[in-house]
Amino acid sequence: MALDKATVAHIATLARIKLPESEQDKIAGELSHILTWIEQLGEVDTTGVAPMTSVVAMRLPAREDVVSDGNRQADILANAPAEAHGFFTVPKVVE
Amino acid sequence: MTALTELTMAAARDGLARKDFSARELAEAHIAAVEAARPLNAFVTETPEQALAMAAEADARIARGAARPLEGLPLAIKDLFCTKGVLTTAGSHILDGFVPPYESTVTAQLWDAGAVMLGKTNMDEFAMGSSTTTSYYGPTENPWRRATKGAGDNRPLVPGGSSGGSAAAVAARAALGGTGTDTGGSIRQPAGFTGIVGMKPTYGRCSRWGIVAFASSLDQAGPMTRTVRDAAMLLKAMAGHDPKDSTSSPIVVPDFEAALTGDIKGLRVGIPKEYRVDGMAGEIEALWQRGIAWIKDAGAEPVEISLKMTKYALPAYYIIAPAEASSNLARYDGVRFGLRVDGKSLDEMYENTRAAGFGAEVRRRVLIGTYVLSAGYYDAYYLKAQRVRALIARDFEEAYKRVDCILTPTAPSTAFAIGDKEDDPISMYLNDVFTVPVNLAGLPGISVPSGLGADGLPLGLQVIGRAFDEETVLRVAAVIEKAAGFHCRPSPLAGEGGARRTATGG
Repeated sequence: MALDKATVAHIATLARIKLPESEQDKIAGELSHILTWIEQLGEVDTTGVAPMTSVVAMRLPAREDVVSDGNRQADILANAPAEAHGFFTVPKVVE
Repeated sequence: MTALTELTMAAARDGLARKDFSARELAEAHIAAVEAARPLNAFVTETPEQALAMAAEADARIARGAARPLEGLPLAIKDLFCTKGVLTTAGSHILDGFVPPYESTVTAQLWDAGAVMLGKTNMDEFAMGSSTTTSYYGPTENPWRRATKGAGDNRPLVPGGSSGGSAAAVAARAALGGTGTDTGGSIRQPAGFTGIVGMKPTYGRCSRWGIVAFASSLDQAGPMTRTVRDAAMLLKAMAGHDPKDSTSSPIVVPDFEAALTGDIKGLRVGIPKEYRVDGMAGEIEALWQRGIAWIKDAGAEPVEISLKMTKYALPAYYIIAPAEASSNLARYDGVRFGLRVDGKSLDEMYENTRAAGFGAEVRRRVLIGTYVLSAGYYDAYYLKAQRVRALIARDFEEAYKRVDCILTPTAPSTAFAIGDKEDDPISMYLNDVFTVPVNLAGLPGISVPSGLGADGLPLGLQVIGRAFDEETVLRVAAVIEKAAGFHCRPSPLAGEGGARRTATGG
């Protein structure tokens, strides 16, 4: 499958990675090369095969729905690039 | 007396118990070795003060007869494990300055067992790579060099990856052992390239909590050591159920060292015919045949088996792993931790941060993952890959009706030069052709150093087991280790300007 520049630009937007237009052709080429190689999976007959969803056969455990951790605001904010009044801050989203 | 850095973990444990030396002396010897090995760039962060403090506690416990299983043993920790109060980078620019306020379960268990932390080791960015060249902190160099005379190619070599920093540190005698993580071969391939032992346990054997996530259905932590016995010791301390990881198994952790009986009589060992891949060097096939002869001599029976989906494992992996990565790496958005690059809007801040923060290989995989999960392509790519994955797991299930474990080469070549295989991502991906199927099926696998190639570089053999049967894997690995008699080592410590190789046997 050959990806075109517009598709690459769309994927980059979905992935929230800024991709300058000057790089889009190069990336389209790289991704197309990998996807073409991946497409050999088409040779495998998977009719009636259920997709693997669990690596090890086990039931996912459930726990009591209670608070088990918390009151760690300072810890949680310690790595924030920007914070104010005990909150993470981001560029203004509402005018 | 043997230099303290030359000891195995088991010998260091015994020496400490006999009070031949102190944990402080052992830590100091290793801190000096870490400094001497700096030209290899194996560590992102060195933690000598922490090592000395932990060694002091170890000496106090030994003095009062309360030594724990890994008391005083200095280890190198892959920089993918969150360590409380110590910079954790995952080899990425996007985690700039990230100091976790918590400790990963696996490393917490190591410290509870008395181990001493020497530092955090370099790795491919977010564990995506087979060379430790994609790290934001620069490539790690393999302590081994090719055995060349005169004008031969003697460029520095990769240690494999992604756990290349831990592999180089352990091979260079800068740590008694180390931790790695393995999503498609990231413990076993670097172990093979550096002449050490590396084990990926069964999916669910070790908790993933606190390990920076790459592909959550494939990632497993495991030991990297110089002997199989040391791998058994280290795995015992790393493994176990953790309520904080819902995929960690509540199965009891056996005494892995006790499994090293040396007796493999009557064991049936599968030899998968599909592992003879095109272009594989003749010396790899020869090594494999020697391995088969060794296990036969020990009384085991080789049995030809078919793992017919083998050639589809890599393409399936390169859908599943990037898909999971694109989802896991969505958290790096410049808001809560790490790098932020400002923008005029929130979206632009995200896009600028992720463009600056991710390297080329990570960006490529996030884009592939986003594509295969996007509307209209999910069934054709992602679901198809998950169906093929089910068939790969079925291949192994069928094989295990006839055999107890499987023997293969670890990688299709010896270590390559830093800078090689960079032009075509697929040529790099092919390093993991023998290891990736094991992750897809969630099985345990180990690489054991088994000989030297014509270029004088180490080669590994891989033993693959049934789910949660690490004991058989370790037992067979120890038999191969003994038969191979691999006592070669890089010398003196490689790094800039000085790498020589001394073969003392094997």
